Amino acid sequence: MPKMSGAQALLESLERQNVDTIFGILGGAILPVYDALYNNKKIRHILARHEQCAAHEAEGYAKASGRVGVCMATSGPGATNLVTGIANAYLDSSPVIALTGQIPTCGINSSYMIGRDAFQEADILGITTAITKHNYQPRTVSEIPQMVTNAFHIATTGRPGPVLIDLPKNVQTNIDHVEFTDKHNIRSYRLPQTPKPAQVNQAAELLAKAERPILLIGGGVILAGASDEIIKMSDLLMAPVATTFMGKGAFPENHPLSLGSVGMHGNPAANRLISEADVLLAVGTRFSDRATTNLDTFAKDAKKIQIDIDAAEINKNIEVDLAIIADAKVSLNMLFTATSEKLKKGEGKVWIKRVKEAKEQLSPLLKEIPRDMVPKALLSELRKLLPQNGIITTEVGQNQMWSALYMQALQPRTFISSGGLGTMGFGFPAAIGAKVACQDRIVVDIAGDGSFIMSEQELACSVMEDIPVIVVVLNNGVLGMVAQWQRTLYDRRYNAINLGKTPDFVKLAEAYGAQGIRVDSIDKFKNAVKTAMNSKVTTVIDVPIGSETDVVPFVPPGYGLPQQRGDY
Amino acid sequence: MESGKTKVISVLVENKPGVLHSIANLFRRRNFNIESITVGATQQKDIARMTITVNADEKTLDQVVKQVAKQIDTLTVEELEQGTFVMRELALIKVNITVSKERSDVINFVNVFRGRIIDVSTDSITVEITGGPYKIDAFLNLMKTYGVLELARTGITALARGAKSIRIDE
Ligand SMILES: Cc1ncc(C[n+]2csc(CCOP(=O)(O)OP(=O)(O)O)c2C)c(N)n1
Ligand SMILES: [Mg+2]
Repeated sequence: MPKMSGAQALLESLERQNVDTIFGILGGAILPVYDALYNNKKIRHILARHEQCAAHEAEGYAKASGRVGVCMATSGPGATNLVTGIANAYLDSSPVIALTGQIPTCGINSSYMIGRDAFQEADILGITTAITKHNYQPRTVSEIPQMVTNAFHIATTGRPGPVLIDLPKNVQTNIDHVEFTDKHNIRSYRLPQTPKPAQVNQAAELLAKAERPILLIGGGVILAGASDEIIKMSDLLMAPVATTFMGKGAFPENHPLSLGSVGMHGNPAANRLISEADVLLAVGTRFSDRATTNLDTFAKDAKKIQIDIDAAEINKNIEVDLAIIADAKVSLNMLFTATSEKLKKGEGKVWIKRVKEAKEQLSPLLKEIPRDMVPKALLSELRKLLPQNGIITTEVGQNQMWSALYMQALQPRTFISSGGLGTMGFGFPAAIGAKVACQDRIVVDIAGDGSFIMSEQELACSVMEDIPVIVVVLNNGVLGMVAQWQRTLYDRRYNAINLGKTPDFVKLAEAYGAQGIRVDSIDKFKNAVKTAMNSKVTTVIDVPIGSETDVVPFVPPGYGLPQQRGDY
Repeated sequence: MESGKTKVISVLVENKPGVLHSIANLFRRRNFNIESITVGATQQKDIARMTITVNADEKTLDQVVKQVAKQIDTLTVEELEQGTFVMRELALIKVNITVSKERSDVINFVNVFRGRIIDVSTDSITVEITGGPYKIDAFLNLMKTYGVLELARTGITALARGAKSIRIDE
């Protein structure tokens, strides 16, 4: 057995998990790991400018690539700064490993040890219990390899999620014999089995008999890599496919059977047809309130079949008639075979006609697209310029919902957004992380001015580390989404939503050594995007838009999916 | 939250630091109502048993079981169905005694309830009583007429009836 320090054991364990990048910021309690990184040639460290962004960068990396994203911070404030990023990864089921430094478990000076409120001590295990899939704190060097293997296993299997490893400083520096292992050994962690054929047959029966079948797919389909299976299933059933916001990209939105995304700001065609369907096959979705809007009326005429790897998602929000608790890809393959045996060909013509008609009448992108500086025009132009595999990230607010409505996602893992937590400031660092994972692809953050300011300092990271991305700031001068709520639900009693023209985003970009371009017409916008796509440095495109534009249509809180309001 | 019935679930968990915290935290976070929680050793030293009573309707209970099962350190979760398990709770009750007639009354009640007197002073008696929660409630009601100075209840612990045993492989 080799002898080494805990810090070295950690790095070697990470290498064995094929970690090539760590996003982080250092500090006293994590210095031994940084010292071990000094000689490391396999792992690239990217210096974030705020730990929250380091976590978002790791998540962007994970969401774009499907690999684990790793972030690192020192104890105390470094660790607590990670918290929002970890919570974001938890709610979006992203495989992220967070490494934190910690006060020693014992030491020469006994006041400097865990539990005595030493300088920069924070109980990060306690703090993150509710927002990690699991967390660990090794007490000895020899525990580290197994712990890392187990942490990666937990983060990536079943329903993925963040795992935090808190590393007391003395455990980083102590030297001991270590044995590396790639075998996880968590007896209490069991993954769902392959689905029972009887269940699959029942589901197939329902689907084969359906007159108006519809598929609702969520982020789980992307995580399971089951997009091809969804396409096959939809073709077999001639069933339209609606995605949740998190599911965007899981089904190509230019496919004739795509209805776009469903929900509060969903595509009206999706919202309408879900309410007309007689059988709903839901895959990898937790039926969040933003997708269902009203639990009592959601798809109320449909028999519901749910496939999810997380048993706790069954009957949590929506009660279903039939549940398959298993991996989506495996389940869909079995379901496809079983359904094709039972299906009578040549039926469902009436439904297909209705689907086409609803799409044509209701889809925002099939209505007129204006030529002025409005989100719909801007985003459809951006889509045309962007390669199929170009990666979109978004911030939170109107910019995000406009992206959902107008920015078609054509491939899995090309639409990356903070779905569950709705974290302003996520999009830009996520774009940086995505670019690190997919260096040969174009990455664009569709931003709001308010959100971008929350992570703007990462411009320094992107410039210094040569990670060129594009930021399109839909600059309405306001915290637009909350302004929209004040406008429509609080009788225009605007309060605390004005951002003014501050900062000047072109100068801001330039101050960081990035490129800034302001545009005042669609043509100039297109040119700016082309310039940015060929640029070797991050480009911020400042796009002034009106401050009173609503995201429409909109389902007011409490209403059912088809009760959308607003001319669009 | 809708009110439901009291349900008992028995959970085997890894006997590690932080496990009780994560389970207790889960109940708070998910808005589940814990009535009591007891934790203790099992026949396997690395495994602890938690007996949790919750006030929940069927749907909530289903979520409780699934969410607890989902915790990484949870080995098994089982709802104990009415009539298929035995359960006990221990209570220590310090009763106020003002006149000596009261003392003999209390001693009589303790005997009827098969409790034990574990401490006596000139103006108090401390009683140990075990049983199902209803028995303890009934005894407490009686003692209220004298005045309960202090009360400590452990919450219930329970086992399924019969020879069935859960053994977790190493
Ligand atoms: C960290 C955080 N704080 C507050 C909110 C609440 N919030 C949701 S959208 C929004 C406004 C976003 O403004 P901006 O980024 O300019 O986007 P816009 O809606 O104008 O497109 C706010 C404040 C949030 N989602 N996240
Ligand atoms: Mg704005």
